[in-house]
Amino acid sequence: MEASIETYRKVENKMSEQAYISRDANNFEGQHQKRMRTETFFRRLFFLSATVAIVAVAAITIFIFVSGVPAIGKIGLFDFVFGQKWKPSADIYGIFPMIIGSLAATGGAILVGVPMGVFTAIFMAEIAPDTLSRLIRPAIELLAGIPSVVYGFWGLVVLVPLIDKIWGGGGNSLLAAIVILTIMILPTIVNVSEAALRAVPKSYGQGSLALGASKIETIFRVKIPAAKSGVLAAVVLGIGRAIGETMAVILVAGNTPMIPGALTDRIRTMTANIAMEMGYAFGLHQEALFATGVILFVFIMALNLVLNRMTHRAGDES
Amino acid sequence: MKKRVSGLLVIVMAVLLFAGCAAEAAPAAAESAGGAALSGTLSVAGSTTVAPPAQALADAFEARYPETRIDVQGIGSSAGMKMLNEGGCEIGMASRELKQKELDWGLESIAIAYDGIAVVVHPSNGVSDLTKEEIQKIFMGEITNWSEVGGINKEILVVSREDGSGTRGAFEEILKLEGDEGSMVIESALIAEGNGAVKANIASKSQAIGYISLGIVDETVKALQVDGAEVTVANIKSGAYGVSRPLNMATKGEMSELAKTYLDFVMSPEGQKIVAEHYIPVVD
Repeated sequence: MEASIETYRKVENKMSEQAYISRDANNFEGQHQKRMRTETFFRRLFFLSATVAIVAVAAITIFIFVSGVPAIGKIGLFDFVFGQKWKPSADIYGIFPMIIGSLAATGGAILVGVPMGVFTAIFMAEIAPDTLSRLIRPAIELLAGIPSVVYGFWGLVVLVPLIDKIWGGGGNSLLAAIVILTIMILPTIVNVSEAALRAVPKSYGQGSLALGASKIETIFRVKIPAAKSGVLAAVVLGIGRAIGETMAVILVAGNTPMIPGALTDRIRTMTANIAMEMGYAFGLHQEALFATGVILFVFIMALNLVLNRMTHRAGDES
Repeated sequence: MKKRVSGLLVIVMAVLLFAGCAAEAAPAAAESAGGAALSGTLSVAGSTTVAPPAQALADAFEARYPETRIDVQGIGSSAGMKMLNEGGCEIGMASRELKQKELDWGLESIAIAYDGIAVVVHPSNGVSDLTKEEIQKIFMGEITNWSEVGGINKEILVVSREDGSGTRGAFEEILKLEGDEGSMVIESALIAEGNGAVKANIASKSQAIGYISLGIVDETVKALQVDGAEVTVANIKSGAYGVSRPLNMATKGEMSELAKTYLDFVMSPEGQKIVAEHYIPVVD
């Protein structure tokens, strides 16, 4: 990689040298050197900025694995991942209920949020008159800007008592988490899939309409398939946001480390587990929380890998 | 002009000189109060609950007697008492009464503060008095309906704190909710992060019961009487309110001059003011 950067730089230098040859010969040397110095300086600055992200990812990954993997070794991978009991006071660390909790909340939010978000995107890109979409867009952008703790607090004082009133059981539940997460991932899904839909060439739709297809048929049979890779990218981003969300979920999910059997059961997610107990934990308990981070990390990596492949394939097809 | 400047200088120097004398006078007075110059190292070890005020007290003490060093270690009440008995430290800290075994070792304790925990329910809850045993059974999941303790027919929702929380630790210790298998609080309990989140949950759920620090009780929740005693500072001090515990400092045998002065400082009005930043002081 370093070598290719060097060759690139050489070619670049040569090109700019040639461009200057026709200039005033007396003034040329000094000016040229000065400009080249600025060029190099900024090129290095950009490169340095780009490195920060890579270094940060590497540092975080190494840190999590170094602090978490020993605990998995001590507890045992099987006992840790499939253990059904989380009881730090008795040194029992099983995160299976938390894995299920994270998957159930994220899955539920995707199940509701993706169709809702894609439909909103279709409405805004295809159906709504400009005046109406000019009203909806800022509303959705505002939704994206609300801090997660505010979502959580709203959930705790409005949503949770509502669920408690209708179904009982306290209201802190998987359902509450799903509703909150659905609202939180909506902006991402709407924005990304709307951009994808608008990027579909106009001729596709016109061709479809010319062949006698109705507007709705055109949307479902032509536009969405053509925008598939963008919509999938929206789903990936939505899952990432939902599975990583912590603060809002802590406030509404009830945080009981048990496998939920119903929508009204309380759940604890992996992120909530880490965030709630990190403040006090020490020894094996603390290591087990880092280990929870390792499992979460593995999940997100696997998810990204699978969905990346899917989006690529979808992109190739269209 | 020059004269005026030098005159000013003299005044400034004089003021500085007097300030210096005043600053020196204070420790001299303290020394004379302690008999001889107080110096040396004092080791204080025990409860992690008592450690924060003990450390704050140590900092203030060291500021007054610069020749001394107070080492505060939070290692747990039982470990602290054991260390004290074996001579590893001169003052032990315990967030509970001393056990008979420890008294038999010849340890003597003095309460430096009290720590109270309020058991709270929704203001609309008809129940306003529970016994310690009833509370214990509710949190263990043996009593599951409010009608079993004189309330309406509604399932009880237990709200607890995250594992490792000091308030949870104290609550479980006082109500004997700690078994060989760790915490005995019902597994399906709602877990809220922090005193504030517990309060918010209780305030919005008519069937919930939880526990919070005495200091943050307000009108959004109802604090229960325990064994007929209301949760007040007076009842905690007298021992009438059961969900509380004394925070003790313990010694063994003859104390050194330094240990004695430190304990006197802890019990002095100034020391108790520092204690009050963390817990309920013994002396007002």
